[in-house]
Amino acid sequence: MRELGKDKMMKRTLLIAAAVLGFAAPAYAAGETPVPPQQKWSFAGPFGTFDRAQLQRGFKVYREVCSSCHGLTYVAFRNLSEEGGPEFSEAQVKALAAEYQITDGPNEAGDMFQRPGRPADRFPAPFPNDNAAAAANGGKAPPDLSLMPKARTYERGFPWFILDVFRQYSENGADYMVALLNGYEEPPADFQVPEGGHYNHYYPGHVIAMPQPLSDGQVEYPKNEAGQPQAPETVDQYAKDVTAFLTWTAEPHLEARKRLGFQVMLFLLVLSGLLYFTKKKVWARVGGEVEGHATPPMTHNP
Amino acid sequence: MSEHSTTYVPKSAFGKWFESRLPIAGLIHSSFIAFPVPRNLTYFWTFGAILAFMLVSQIVTGVFLAMYYTPNAAMAFQSVEHIMRDVNYGWLLRYLHANGASMFFVAVYVHIFRNFYYGSYKAPREVLYILGVIIFLLMMATAFMGYVLPWGQMSFWGATVITNLFSAIPGVGETIVHYLWGGYSVGNPTLNRFFSLHYLLPFMIVGVVILHIWALHVPGQNNPTGIPIKSGKDAVPFTPYATIKDIFAVVVFMLFFAWWVFYVPNYLGHADNYIPANPAVTPAHIVPEWYFLPFYAILRAIPDKLGGVIAMISAILIWCLMPWLDTSKVRSTAYRPLYKQFFWLFVVVCVVLGWLGSRPAEGWYVIASQICTVYYFAHFLIVLPVLGFVERPLPLPNSILESVMGVQKGGAGMPAGANAAPHSKG
Repeated sequence: MRELGKDKMMKRTLLIAAAVLGFAAPAYAAGETPVPPQQKWSFAGPFGTFDRAQLQRGFKVYREVCSSCHGLTYVAFRNLSEEGGPEFSEAQVKALAAEYQITDGPNEAGDMFQRPGRPADRFPAPFPNDNAAAAANGGKAPPDLSLMPKARTYERGFPWFILDVFRQYSENGADYMVALLNGYEEPPADFQVPEGGHYNHYYPGHVIAMPQPLSDGQVEYPKNEAGQPQAPETVDQYAKDVTAFLTWTAEPHLEARKRLGFQVMLFLLVLSGLLYFTKKKVWARVGGEVEGHATPPMTHNP
Repeated sequence: MSEHSTTYVPKSAFGKWFESRLPIAGLIHSSFIAFPVPRNLTYFWTFGAILAFMLVSQIVTGVFLAMYYTPNAAMAFQSVEHIMRDVNYGWLLRYLHANGASMFFVAVYVHIFRNFYYGSYKAPREVLYILGVIIFLLMMATAFMGYVLPWGQMSFWGATVITNLFSAIPGVGETIVHYLWGGYSVGNPTLNRFFSLHYLLPFMIVGVVILHIWALHVPGQNNPTGIPIKSGKDAVPFTPYATIKDIFAVVVFMLFFAWWVFYVPNYLGHADNYIPANPAVTPAHIVPEWYFLPFYAILRAIPDKLGGVIAMISAILIWCLMPWLDTSKVRSTAYRPLYKQFFWLFVVVCVVLGWLGSRPAEGWYVIASQICTVYYFAHFLIVLPVLGFVERPLPLPNSILESVMGVQKGGAGMPAGANAAPHSKG
């Protein structure tokens, strides 16, 4: 609660600052949806990489909890063994895929048929279509999760949105998702939650159709040598792990991107350095570079 | 372009034979090698080369993306994800292209404001300048249609909002909108025609860019003093001096570009555009890309739909009148102490308009937008004409060389015998 108080004060300061600047925001626009706390992610920053064990745990959470309602239709089983992801073994992926039934066809007789999944198949959707998904879930189809951390964000506001470029903050969606999954709580006394809705601290408008999906101890994590789970079996840990996994599904080439990015930056830095000195040398032929104009008025005395 | 004087002398027999039939080598020589460049150009003058680089970069990445993209309402979103996931370096192509659009606008805004500051739009460069405004309009159309192609939520709803603007035109508005849509709402036909036009317009940009460069080579480049080249000592040949400086600037710009592409590739986009288009669900806030925001703020500042559209279009078209609205005899703002303050005020107003464009159109935001819009137009219609009469400009230097001698002793300029004043013979 102390956190919240600080948050409120910060907002008030910002509001006053905005008012002084002459662009007072309507009070409600600044209130309402609270700002999700920022997490520490292994994949953040210029050298970020995924934590394989975390992705594997996150996949387990997805499979045992989320997948009953949410699809992962842009992801193929084979992706799970590819470099830069959870990196399951190919044998594991083959076995996993075979557990799913995939509709294929038409066969020679013209009939659609079911067959066990292969690594090249994509995750089958949990419902045959959006209408079926909506009908089974109180009128609202649960969204596909393949792109979720890139498809959600929260308002950063001035000046953070400028600083974000420099500190490469692009985990907005992930931070929001962790906050959301941890954000189920009792509604305030004066808050009326409509039928079929659930109160969530971080969901815009606070009324979310999805009931609290995670509870402590719900998913069993792999044990380490000491026989203890390799990570706490808590809602908070589940939320972080499944979000990390979904960040990978949303951006499967994140590691390759950052790796190549560093090489490109290094190359361009060296190249620009070389070009700078080449330019200096070339311009020396005409007595060096002269730019702009003398500071007026002219101080030139003949 | 027959008036192009050239010092190009073909060396080989084939060169002579070819040059007498198609003097393209001579044209390239006179335009990009011997062309006299004011020796005091700053890095603000490298943005032309940066823009040329961005245009080529967008076309190259775009051509490859088009090999994998499917312009069908049912498949477009999926095909973009296919590019991002399954195509080798598809993520790189797409991030280069999507962020490239923003980089293109970053560069063009620097280029435009450099032109405003140094009075490059004034005689004898009016045609050159108006061609530039046309390129900017084509860029806006291209960028807008490109943003529709991934067929995400913001694509769909942005397309709906912007195409609907045409319905404000009295009489024929509705008909025009139906032609744009190819139906009675934004749908598959809209996506098809936008894809077709998105592929066509860049080549129209290339065409106008050629005219833009051609028109540049007649009066030659403006420079920070605003006074023309008077002797060979004021200028240096384009190659190697401007060429090496341009290449250096382009590489530095690539560093800036790479930062976005590799580290914050989705920062300039909208999260909503990773949600497939859904005509039944409207996003909470429909916001255009950042480079449209000042114009979007002007659109929404006017309570009347038609009025808003007229204001938004005028906000750009008024640029075309600048050569005649600006009554000052002095080009460079460096010698205009009063205008310098108004220039920066104008820059601030444009930035504030951009910020207001990203806010919901309600409460104080609307009033602030209205004040800024009024000032925006006043800058052109009042400040520019009046200042020319009331302002006392600082004394101009006699020549570029004299001006920069205050900075550093000048050395040799153009080689002896070179044609210093561009095309004075023509």
